[in-house]
Amino acid sequence: MLARRTLICSSWALVVGLGLLAGCSKPAGGGAASAGGGETIAVGAFLSLTGSDSTFGIDTQQGIELATEQTNAAGGVKGKKIKIVAEDDKSSPQEASIKVKQLIDRDHVVAVLGEVASSRSLAGGQVANTSHVPMITPSSTNVTVTQGKDWVFRACFTDDMQGQQAAVFAVTGQHRTKLAILYAAQDAYSSGLAQTFRDEAKRLGATIVADKGYQKGETNFTTYLEQIKAAAPELVFVPNYYNDMVQVARQAKTLGMSGASFLGGDGWDSEDLLKGAAAELEGSFFTNHYAPDVPWPNSQRFVADYRAKFHREPSSLAAQGYDAAKLLYDAMTRAPDLKPESIKNAIASTKGFQGATGTLSIDANHNAQKPLVVVRITGGKFTYFSTAGG
Amino acid sequence: MQALLDALVTGLAQGAMIALVALGYSMVYGVLKLINFAHSEVFMMGAFAGFYLLNALGGADHPVLAAVCGTLGAMALAAALGVLVERIAYRPLRERSRGRASGNVRVTPLVTALGVSVLLKNVAQLAFTARYKSYPQLFGHTRLLIFVVTLVTMGLLQLLVHRTWTGKAMRALSANVEAARLMGVRTGRIIAFTFAVGSGLAALGSVLYCLDQSQAYPTMGEVIGTRAFVAAVLGGIGSIPGAVLGGGLIGILGELAKLTQYSGGQDVLVFFVLIVVLLVKPAGLLGKTGSEKV
Repeated sequence: MLARRTLICSSWALVVGLGLLAGCSKPAGGGAASAGGGETIAVGAFLSLTGSDSTFGIDTQQGIELATEQTNAAGGVKGKKIKIVAEDDKSSPQEASIKVKQLIDRDHVVAVLGEVASSRSLAGGQVANTSHVPMITPSSTNVTVTQGKDWVFRACFTDDMQGQQAAVFAVTGQHRTKLAILYAAQDAYSSGLAQTFRDEAKRLGATIVADKGYQKGETNFTTYLEQIKAAAPELVFVPNYYNDMVQVARQAKTLGMSGASFLGGDGWDSEDLLKGAAAELEGSFFTNHYAPDVPWPNSQRFVADYRAKFHREPSSLAAQGYDAAKLLYDAMTRAPDLKPESIKNAIASTKGFQGATGTLSIDANHNAQKPLVVVRITGGKFTYFSTAGG
Repeated sequence: MQALLDALVTGLAQGAMIALVALGYSMVYGVLKLINFAHSEVFMMGAFAGFYLLNALGGADHPVLAAVCGTLGAMALAAALGVLVERIAYRPLRERSRGRASGNVRVTPLVTALGVSVLLKNVAQLAFTARYKSYPQLFGHTRLLIFVVTLVTMGLLQLLVHRTWTGKAMRALSANVEAARLMGVRTGRIIAFTFAVGSGLAALGSVLYCLDQSQAYPTMGEVIGTRAFVAAVLGGIGSIPGAVLGGGLIGILGELAKLTQYSGGQDVLVFFVLIVVLLVKPAGLLGKTGSEKV
C-alpha cells in the first residue's frame, strides 16, 4: 500500500514536473508557442486514494492520468496544457466536501472530476453546485447525485437504468421467470437496484419467489441462502458490493448452490471478487459499464494504452475515470471560452461522444445515455457477454 | 419447519462465536470495572494473525494442521497484544488514579480504551491495507466445529475461574482490588493474565468466524464487537455463563429475524431486546449486583 502510494505520488510528481518543464521551456523557444505559453489549466479531482475504498480512487486516478497525458500530448485544450490537482478524501463524505472547497477556493480549478461512491459525490457535488463550478462524476450511479444540481453531471448510467436492464436481461434475455432478490437493506445503491429490478421483473411477467434484505455489514448469509434455495428460483439477483459477494458466493457453495444462478450489478466489478470467489461464481452474470474484452474499437485502444502504461488490466472504474476526463476536455475544447458557465453548457450539450465505455450523450437530467454491458464470469475471468439498452 | 431448524443451528453457531468475544468484555469488566472497547480490535488483529499463519502453514493443503497451529498461534499473538495494550494504555492510568475517588477513575480509562480502538484500527489499515483478505477455505461446514469448540472453551474457563488459585485471585480482585493486594495477590500479574485470556479467546473467536464467514478486514471488529458487547450486557456483564447465554440469545434472535420480512432491520430487534431486558433486570439476565463477579 505504502509502496504503491509512493509510486503513484512520484509518478504524479513526474507528470506535473514534466508539464512544468515543458511549460518553462516554451517561452525560451520564442514566439511560436505564444498561444499556449507557460500557462496551464487546473482541473481538480477528489478521490478515495486511501481508506476503505482506496482501490476505487486509485483506479479512477489512473484513468484520469492516462486521459490527461494523451490530451496534453495532442496539444492540450485551446493550446494550453491540463494540470490535474488530485485530492484524497480518505473515503469519507465530510472530507470530500472539504476537498472540493479547497480545490475551488485555493487551486481555482475550472472544473472538478470525482468520486466513485454516490455518498461522496453527493457531498462534493453540493459544494461544486453552490460554487458554480462544473463537476463530472465518473461512476456514481445513484439517481440523486445529479438531481436538481445545475452544475453536476455524470459519465455513467443510473441505478434506475441498471436495475431495469438487469431485469430485462434476466426475463427477456435469459427466459428466467422465477426470480429471487438478496440485497443490503440500508444501502442506497443496493436497495435502489433491487427496487427497480423488482418492479421491472414483475412488469415483464416474472414472479419474485424470495425477496430478502440483509443488514448492512452482515457476514453470515447462510439463513438467507437456505430460504432462497428452498424457494427454488431460476436466478438470484444480488446487487451488492464485491466484498459482500465473496461471502455470499462462498456460503452459497457450501449449501450446494450453483454460481450460474447469480446475477449482480456493477458493484461486483473488482479483481478482489475473482481472487476471493472466482470458482464459486463460475457462470454468473453482472451488468457493468464495460468489460476488458468488449469489442468496441475505442475500448480496445484504451485497454492497450492502459496496459502499456500501468502493466495491468484496467478495471471499469479506470475506464470510467478516463471517459469522464476525456468528456470534460472535449467539452472544454468545444466551449467558446474557459469560463465555468461556458464549460457547463458545453458538457450539457454533449452528443455522441466516443468514449472507452461506449458512445454517450448527456441528457436533460445530466445523466449519460449509453449502452450497458453484461459481463459473465467464465474461466476465472470477466468476459464480455452482451450489450443492453443505450 | 426445516428453515426454522436450520436458522436455529446457524444461530447457535453464530451465538457461540459472539459469546467467545463477549467473554473478553465480561472478564475485564469483572476484574477492573472497565469496558475495554479495544477488545473488538484485538479480535480483528487476531483474524489477521490467523490469516497469515494459516497461509504460512500450508492453508488448504494441510487443513487440520493449519487450523490447529494457526489458531493457537493467533491466540498467542492476540494475548500478547492484549497484555501490551493493558501495560501501555491502562496500567499507568490505573496507578496514577489509585486511592482517588473522583469520577475520572472510571471515565479516563474508558476514553483511553476508545482511543486504543481507533489507533489499532488505523494501524491495521496501514499494515494490511483496507482490502478484504479472503481466508483459505479449510472445511466445508464449520457450524458444528464452532459450537463444540465454544462449549469446551467455556467449560475450561469455568474450571479456571472456580477451581484454580489464579481463578480465586481473579475473583478476589473483582471483589476488592485493594483488599486482594493486602492479602498478597499480585494484582498486576492477575490483571495481565485476565487480559491475555480474554484476548486469546477473542482470537479463537475471530479465526473460527473467518473460517466460517471467510474475510478479514480492518473494520471487522465493529460489527461483531457491538454484538458481543450487547451479549455481555444482556447476559450480565462480569458473569461467564451470562456471556454465553447472551451470545446464544443474540445469535438465535438474529437468525430468526432473518426469516421474517423485516430481515434488513435485524439489529433493531437485537437492541430492542436489550432495552427490554435491561428495563426488567438492570444487571442483565444472570448478573448479580454486589456479589461475585468475573
